[in-house]
Amino acid sequence: MRTPPSLLSLTIDSAVINLSNITDLSPLPDHILIDLFLRTLRAGKLTERVLKLFIATGKDEVHSLIQALNIQVIVTPVLPTKIKDDEIDIVIGAVSSDMTAFMNEWRPIFSRFHLIIVKDPDLKEELKIPEGFNLDVYKKSDIDRMVGSSTSILFSGYSCRYFGYLVSRKKYIVSVDDDCLPARDNKGFLVDAVAQHITNLRTPATPFFFNTLYDPFSEGADFVRGYPFSLRSGVKCALSCGLWLNLADHDAPTQALKTRQRNSRYVDAVITVPARALAPISGINIAFDREVVGPALVPALRLAGEGKFRWETMEDIWSGMCVKVVCDHLGLGVKSGLPYVWRTDRGDAIASLKKEWEGVKLMEEVVPFFQSVRLPRTATTAEDCVIEVAKAVKEQLGSTDPVFARAAGAMLDWVKLWKSVGSSSSPPGV
Amino acid sequence: MAEPATISPATLLKDELDIVIPTIRNLDFLEMWRPFFQPYHLIIVQDGDPSKTIKVPEGFDYELYNRNDINRILGPKASCISFKDSACRCFGYMVSKKKYIYTIDDDCFVAKDPSGKDINALEQHIKNLLSPSTPFFFNTLYDPYRAGADFVRGYPFSLREGVPTAVSHGLWLNIPDYDAPTQLVKPLERNTRYVDAIMTIPKGTLFPMCGMNLAFNRELIGAAMYFGLMGDGQPIGRYDDMWAGWCTKVICDHLGLGVKTGLPYIWHSKASNPFVNLKKEYKGIYWQEELIPFFQSVTLPKDCTTVQKCYIEISKQVKAKLGKVDEYFNKLADAMVTWIEAWDELNPSGAKSAELPNGAAK
Repeated sequence: MRTPPSLLSLTIDSAVINLSNITDLSPLPDHILIDLFLRTLRAGKLTERVLKLFIATGKDEVHSLIQALNIQVIVTPVLPTKIKDDEIDIVIGAVSSDMTAFMNEWRPIFSRFHLIIVKDPDLKEELKIPEGFNLDVYKKSDIDRMVGSSTSILFSGYSCRYFGYLVSRKKYIVSVDDDCLPARDNKGFLVDAVAQHITNLRTPATPFFFNTLYDPFSEGADFVRGYPFSLRSGVKCALSCGLWLNLADHDAPTQALKTRQRNSRYVDAVITVPARALAPISGINIAFDREVVGPALVPALRLAGEGKFRWETMEDIWSGMCVKVVCDHLGLGVKSGLPYVWRTDRGDAIASLKKEWEGVKLMEEVVPFFQSVRLPRTATTAEDCVIEVAKAVKEQLGSTDPVFARAAGAMLDWVKLWKSVGSSSSPPGV
Repeated sequence: MAEPATISPATLLKDELDIVIPTIRNLDFLEMWRPFFQPYHLIIVQDGDPSKTIKVPEGFDYELYNRNDINRILGPKASCISFKDSACRCFGYMVSKKKYIYTIDDDCFVAKDPSGKDINALEQHIKNLLSPSTPFFFNTLYDPYRAGADFVRGYPFSLREGVPTAVSHGLWLNIPDYDAPTQLVKPLERNTRYVDAIMTIPKGTLFPMCGMNLAFNRELIGAAMYFGLMGDGQPIGRYDDMWAGWCTKVICDHLGLGVKTGLPYIWHSKASNPFVNLKKEYKGIYWQEELIPFFQSVTLPKDCTTVQKCYIEISKQVKAKLGKVDEYFNKLADAMVTWIEAWDELNPSGAKSAELPNGAAK
């Protein structure tokens, strides 16, 4: 006949069940404490809180048991749901001098962060910037001083913002053109472009297989049936490309033909651009992980007639393709889609047609080149990759048009600059 | 530059499109679709017990095939058509004589767009199929041929003509198309996000093609839309459309055809039993880890200039490389060949099989 359990045993069992109500175990005699510990273990109820209770008794026997059983408190990293403001720099290239409207409209979103404003070295007027921001402003004199006046050519016009990327010391950079304002979503709410960009960068990208419900990491979505499980952890997202309402980023011929067309379609999606697929990555509204791909955003392709309107430039398209190729090689992701910004009307497309036509022609060579470029396995960092791409540019495109030979040179200069100015341990002052 | 179609496309394709619906229950859902579907011819593929009568609502022009019909028409080749699985729908593709196919599940209803208006899914699919795709370079503003959109700065002009669209893959609001494990973990999740975009899936990228709301150009790609061996007597289910989608995408990439995904949405009303699904999908979840690398690395020789030739070539590679994963793939490879033989019998060439010059494949 089985002996019925003792009253003590029943009490200890009851304690195991009621562990959540116990706040102090020190009054317990040693032998009961040990018994309780072992039964807690057996019942699978040893949580972090309960373990701390036992440790707090200070009893040696408990400690020896814990060590003998190799019980460890594992710290599970909690993914930050809020942005850590000091990890981000907002970099603005000032191509126009009066930044008052721009800064005031972005104030609700930007004022938490540190800003780097780089003034286009060709701009003669003084910058007008309203008060109340934590910012550093860099002008032509600063640029010349830090990189030398011969190299500073890299940073004229829209490319001035690359100087900001160079001198920043933060992990993430968010950069928008100075003619863009915050947009409103379909419900009329102001879009926090910075928060969306950071969410894009902080959640994985999925470049190896297309998810038909778009970003599986966004609220209310997931991977669909048929998506291989081994690919569901994704890869780090290195670049986030946002879009634009109102004046969309069309080239000059399209703009000239469709002067009245405005982009009013708010597409509520973020998509990973698949591996090996190239896209024209506009520089108007981007964010990136500077630590991982900073050197790959290169101010390299300068059109002979490059001007002060976006459709008179190709530098960002070139830079974007370079980044995509580097990301594909290094197994990083690029996302496109949200957030939107509102792009204000500006400029005369027909006048620009003359200047940008050169860019349009060049793309016919640029795209096949980037589609076919292959990087060696030995290139394991963004810098290495850029150097390899520059070599390939020189070999394959150098003779086609002098602009490419110059681009290759600029890319190499950029990497050198990145190594000397871009990665020194102390942040450079104004 | 891109221009929207000026003629109403829905009336245009009235005699060129068949709607293929697999069913085992009833077709009550057609009542809701009546305003949009009635002008079109339906092909009903009745799965399950052939002695059961499936009632088709009044006023629809249709042909209906049950298992007896399938056996009679295909004879021994009927072995390639699945039984007790919606994969049997591909029989409908085979017997159709039209240029376009739209296939929809019998638990899919008309959805509403954000303004509250009913979505004519068929019309959107037709628009998708009639406008080009852009697989060689991703347009960040999505479909450049839509009204109000265009190619972005930097998009090479030589690529702006696009290529013919072979497949239009629509999406679903309400019950999302999740696999069984995800369903078990998130039984209450509903897709409420209306993403107002259509995009071309880039060349070289695979995707999970869902057969619930799908349209395609039968002349261009029909022969690749074999939905495999599923259901009764097979070790796997719920991978029919996936298999067809991977084969189709590989062939489209090779032949320079486009695959679009995005709008239109339908309203998916019925959540299937996740435990039943888990049993069906179980092997698939493991096998897809092999299948994806397989499809990602398939190369088709230059002399595969028709869909049928491409498909036979894939079946050979399936046998060679996947036969060792499981005996099922040997059976499947044979069934793929049987499918093509049956397809060619029912669709004699000289009629409309697409032979594209190899220049189209970049």
